[in-house]
Amino acid sequence: MKKKTITAIVLIILAVLIALVPLFTQKGSEFGGSDDAGSEMISEITGTESEPWFDPVFETAIGGELPGEIESLFFCVQTGIGVGIIAFFMGRFVERKKHEDKA
Amino acid sequence: MTHKQKTTVLLSIVFTVIMGFSLNTGAMHIMEGYLPAGYCIGWGVLCLPFLAAGFFSIKKTISQNRRTLTILSMAGAFVFVLSSLKIPSVTGSCSHMTGTGLGAILFGPCATSILGIIVLIFQAILLAHGGLTTLGANTFSMAIAGPLVSYGLYKLLPKLKVNRLVSVFIAAFIGDLFTYCVTSVQLAMAYPSETGGYIASVLKFLGVFAPTQLPLAVLEGILTVLIIMALENYAKREIAVLGYFREAK
Repeated sequence: MKKKTITAIVLIILAVLIALVPLFTQKGSEFGGSDDAGSEMISEITGTESEPWFDPVFETAIGGELPGEIESLFFCVQTGIGVGIIAFFMGRFVERKKHEDKA
Repeated sequence: MTHKQKTTVLLSIVFTVIMGFSLNTGAMHIMEGYLPAGYCIGWGVLCLPFLAAGFFSIKKTISQNRRTLTILSMAGAFVFVLSSLKIPSVTGSCSHMTGTGLGAILFGPCATSILGIIVLIFQAILLAHGGLTTLGANTFSMAIAGPLVSYGLYKLLPKLKVNRLVSVFIAAFIGDLFTYCVTSVQLAMAYPSETGGYIASVLKFLGVFAPTQLPLAVLEGILTVLIIMALENYAKREIAVLGYFREAK
């Protein structure tokens, strides 16, 4: 294998490990967002329960908090758009290179 | 830049400075409604010159070579993907990456501010993640401050004879961390601690964000290196046009 390919594979394995290891080392934790941890810190500093003065527009429109499943739907849509664009163009580049190498 | 474009950027800077003085200033994403209105406007205004410069910079890059449009959309898509992935961290909470390092390295910090704000608007409206009132502050930390640092490091490190891919890694890694430092400072400015004042507050917020973000910043560095390796291999012409190889040999 080329040296570059090996580097790439090692990096991918490393990336997966970084993402997965906390799940096993921090058993039983909730893995809530660090954004929420930030708002808890605000309450701790000010000493009062700090109330946001503006609600997210979408939550106002549907009159409540966004359901968890729907939230993950939107996150997936976001990921999907991104991956789609990257994969589409990358595919074109790869094919172009193959074509050029042949010529 | 043409004369007209320069004037627009200059005007927005002047506007920012004036607003900056008239303002009574005493998490990645800051949550909707958590910053006092004055700060929301202040940070928003601070972003304007960068956004204006970014808009013209993108326009110029594309008019010079239309092929770079594909790379630009890929850099934007990279921000989309990375900022949508919530990754568990060693502290037992979740956070996500910024993905702005790639854009900053290829297109510069101003162009990246446009890519970043698109993602932030998407998340603020649909996901109630971040927010419209805190859009300015979040844009400044994620789409301007972070990319500025990444861009600076990427310009600097190759001059110090650091390997190109290592430079990319460090640029993306520090850029991601710096985003969270700026967020901490932004929150601390709005919520100074009663006992220790402003500095104590910064440290407290950093204490929440930094340990969570550290492994994710490493991850962001790795992913940025991976996509850069792919681009170097398959889209050499396009990134050469963008001046990618000019900095590092």
